[in-house]
Amino acid sequence: MQDFLINWLANVPGTAAPYAFAALGLIISERSGVLNLTAEGLMLVGAVAGVGTCLTIGNHPLVALVVAMLAASIVSLLFASLVVILRVNQVIAGLSVVFFCQGLTGLIGTLANWQNHPIAGLNKIAIWPLSDIPVIGRILFVQDPIVYLAIPIFFAVSIFLRGSMLGLKLRAVGENPAAADAAGLSVSLYRIGAIVVGSSLLGLAGGYISVVSVKLWITGMVGGRGWIAVALVVFARWAPWPALAGALLFGCIEGVVPRIAAAGIRAPQYLVLMTPYLATLAVMIWVGARNRGHQGEPGALGQPHVREERR
Amino acid sequence: MTPALELTGIKKSFDGVIALDGAVFAAKSGEVHALLGENGAGKSSLMNIAAGFYVPDTGTVAIHGEAVALSGPADARARGIGMVHQHFKLVKPFTVAENILLANPRRHFRSGIRDIRDGVREQAAQLGFDIDPDRRVEDLTVAEQQQVEIIKVLLGGAKILILDEPTAVLTDVEAERLLETVRRLAQSGVAVVLVTHKLHEVKRYADAVTIMRGGRTVATADPRVASAAELTELTVGQTAPLPDRTERPLGTTLLNVGALHCARSDGQVMVADTSFFVRAGEIYGLAGVSGNGQAELAEALIGARQPLSGEIWLEGPGDIGAAPAAIRREAGLAAIPADRYAFALAGSLSIADNFAVATIESGCYGPPWLIDRAAIRRDASEAITAYDVQGVRSVGQKAALLSGGNAQKLVIAREFSRQPTVVVAHSPSRGLDVRACAAVHERLLAARDRGAAVVLISEDLDEILALSDRIGVMTRGRIVAEFNRPADRQEIGRAMVDHA
Repeated sequence: MQDFLINWLANVPGTAAPYAFAALGLIISERSGVLNLTAEGLMLVGAVAGVGTCLTIGNHPLVALVVAMLAASIVSLLFASLVVILRVNQVIAGLSVVFFCQGLTGLIGTLANWQNHPIAGLNKIAIWPLSDIPVIGRILFVQDPIVYLAIPIFFAVSIFLRGSMLGLKLRAVGENPAAADAAGLSVSLYRIGAIVVGSSLLGLAGGYISVVSVKLWITGMVGGRGWIAVALVVFARWAPWPALAGALLFGCIEGVVPRIAAAGIRAPQYLVLMTPYLATLAVMIWVGARNRGHQGEPGALGQPHVREERR
Repeated sequence: MTPALELTGIKKSFDGVIALDGAVFAAKSGEVHALLGENGAGKSSLMNIAAGFYVPDTGTVAIHGEAVALSGPADARARGIGMVHQHFKLVKPFTVAENILLANPRRHFRSGIRDIRDGVREQAAQLGFDIDPDRRVEDLTVAEQQQVEIIKVLLGGAKILILDEPTAVLTDVEAERLLETVRRLAQSGVAVVLVTHKLHEVKRYADAVTIMRGGRTVATADPRVASAAELTELTVGQTAPLPDRTERPLGTTLLNVGALHCARSDGQVMVADTSFFVRAGEIYGLAGVSGNGQAELAEALIGARQPLSGEIWLEGPGDIGAAPAAIRREAGLAAIPADRYAFALAGSLSIADNFAVATIESGCYGPPWLIDRAAIRRDASEAITAYDVQGVRSVGQKAALLSGGNAQKLVIAREFSRQPTVVVAHSPSRGLDVRACAAVHERLLAARDRGAAVVLISEDLDEILALSDRIGVMTRGRIVAEFNRPADRQEIGRAMVDHA
């Protein structure tokens, strides 16, 4: 039983990391007032770009992750121009970008023949001597570098949003674009910037799945994690630390799925595979039932901004 | 002396509708310069150009004699122009200090906030405001939010301060305090532009007045020399005559309110044991200082608030106190609420939709699955012409694009198109100019003459006195006195104060 628990918990940071990065990326762009549903698609872009880089230039996982971030950022410019410049409905634009990316990554993976080619990827490192502490050592101090990187990234984004000039301006753009405009900020520029920067984290999340976790590209391999991240942002009320907590929760749920089979517990397979989505549903119902539907939500989320409109 | 702010030959059109047509304006440092005009005369548009929000189609903006092309609000602020908008440009969940820091950025957030806090305290003390820089803006009253806006602009180093209808959202006492502050600011060398349509403010507080009508500047005058009548005529064009009141016999009781109790959302009882009745062909005026339960009473009458106890009896359906608003509407109750955009109009829907929403339930535009949109547009267009709603390019445009007065006319057009038997109007002329105001009053009198029972709730005693057949005075949620027409203004005033 103890082995089961340790194996399971040691796996949690790895399963939680994609959720954490994706949710953080979404928080950055949604705090600017752009409802971002592109997560699933941009994570696929990051995933295929990461594996593609490793297969092309050799096994340089960190370079691959940077390429994954860049690729997602570049594709996000499409979304940014749709919603910020053309002011297309943000839900429709987000959904179409997801479908576009699903098709695009499938096509690229097949054309370049990256499908099902395993790569060495990025391995876990043990921080000695902390890794020798019983129980805790294996859970907390034998992880891959990206998991460790998540902590400073979360600190940085959290401080950026709460205690920096740029963060103040970004939040103002998301809460009340008219006020931000009156303060002389370019609402469009801030929103495009937030989408691009946030999307780089979505790319990192996708790249993490393919390069670090699975070490392989399979069409559609993100498998709904992007949608869970979208829900996670609502659950976290657009705040970084609750999002990290939520990511760990989903990491626990996802991590337990393969363990159950490995531990020889007999349970209907599809029911087990369903648990992350069931948990998402439960979380959304809980959030709704608390009847605080709009608390923490950026005031102008999903609303395009036009200046010369009389009211 | 060169004017601090000078606008010449300004033209501006929005989607083909001309808002400004060669407007001129000049304000000197050290004066309060009023910009007077009706709703839609182009005052706000002109000042939005001065503050860099709109780019003029033609014309020049000069600051201290130097012609400038403002690239945006930040540029205008850098040149010492600050504007306090009618709809405040504040981020509600932010603190006061954060809001001010946003408009006056510093290099670092933390030191910036400290710096701003000190600045706010100092500026607030100078102006006689009591503002805590660490409070959230959404927790402040409207008057306090306005003070934050003024501090924000002054901390930005504004030497030209534009106030767009600053007193529209304030009580009389608050407005007086604000205008006194504004006078002191002018004495310290700031050029203050006071956009308003209230003549008495101009007479009392302005050193100069520029009058606009239909997008043009019609005159610049000294308000201490020009008479009120002259100014009115310049503003309106020709003076709108007061509607005639004909004495009519009263009919049966159509609305009876008995022992009504209502509470605010936070549980505070605002209407306590209020009873009154209104007969056919009668306007019942409810006077009182704002905040004495009028808002809650009006909401209870129109069905937007559940009363705690008591009766609201309508001829026909009987007691409808707890019944949904739809039942009242079916029984012929028309509602003209004080907050148009909260209770009467959906700003992002079209004018036609806003018009049709009152009657569509009855099936007059076909069954729900087959709405006759052509008929809706036709009826809306007819009503817009009949009720003189202006600034309408097409009935498909958003209702939010209408100016305040025209939005109110649209509400009235919709409510009166059904020939209501009972009308509940709460501050129907708030924020409206002379002409729109007269139009609203005329409609209320016409409804009375047609035999409707009208409840007129208003904080404007002149309005109450001009229209009402019977007047109730509301204080602390109770009707403390009733007067028959002709009522004595002094006595009503005394009743308001005595029981407070």
